[in-house]
Amino acid sequence: MKLDPAIRDQVLSTVPSLRAFAISLCGNIDRADDLVQETLLRALSHIDSFEPGTNMPAWLFTILRNLFRSEYRKRRREVEDADGRYAETLKSHPEQTGRVEFEEFRTALAKLPSDQREALILVGASGFSYEDAAGICGCAVGTIKSRVNRARTRLADLLAIDSVDDFGPDRPTRAVLAGGGRN
Amino acid sequence: MGLVRTKGGFDMGERGKLGERGKNDEMKHRRTNLEAVEPESDKPASDKPEIRDSMGAPVTPPKPEARLGREVQAKIGQQLRSMYDDVVNQGVPQHITDLVRRLSDQD
Repeated sequence: MKLDPAIRDQVLSTVPSLRAFAISLCGNIDRADDLVQETLLRALSHIDSFEPGTNMPAWLFTILRNLFRSEYRKRRREVEDADGRYAETLKSHPEQTGRVEFEEFRTALAKLPSDQREALILVGASGFSYEDAAGICGCAVGTIKSRVNRARTRLADLLAIDSVDDFGPDRPTRAVLAGGGRN
Repeated sequence: MGLVRTKGGFDMGERGKLGERGKNDEMKHRRTNLEAVEPESDKPASDKPEIRDSMGAPVTPPKPEARLGREVQAKIGQQLRSMYDDVVNQGVPQHITDLVRRLSDQD
């Protein structure tokens, strides 16, 4: 049975975000790409269990997270981007905020407990609702809210953000940098 | 309850100022919804007993940690998305596109 092209396109359009999530879990771009590939293999071989019209990103993220939990997590601490490939990949970043600031943020993020980090990423970066994030992580909505909140508090603590002024260039400067930075 | 809850999440005005968001239109599910929640609780706030003073008026209990300011939250959200979007903006690697096409054409 060939895959419905509409479904295939939904899968493909989720891949960029799926990769970003995978990298945030693995901390290593090569392993993240392996994880995404394995997720897609698994998803497409079980595509019958996807209900058309439901949330494709949430479905794929759930598969990826489960795979990571079951197989990748134990290898996670081997290398945290030791060769700097992840940082190197993010070429556009220094145009927007300083390299040092970015590295500080990434380091602080890596120090969070994994359940807090994934909750923060799902809600704060991937843009899932708390309900979808709870579905992906297999826990209660209140638990996700708590994890997100703890993650933010801890991040602010680690980065010693007491005021907005401590967080990089001031707004007008940042707006100028961002405006001239990309595309 | 003395808690201020913002139903629609915190101020995301910074997104517009960056002038670079919203170009991933294919990510329909994408939105930001970090709403203010009470720290250090594994339960929804509604499960908490309400504290009242001697006159019976509700009292906001002192918080173990000061609630993060909205602007600080916004900055963290901004950094987070910036990092995430750097990867999202790389699009779909060719080997992934090839893999999905190949698998979806299989009988």
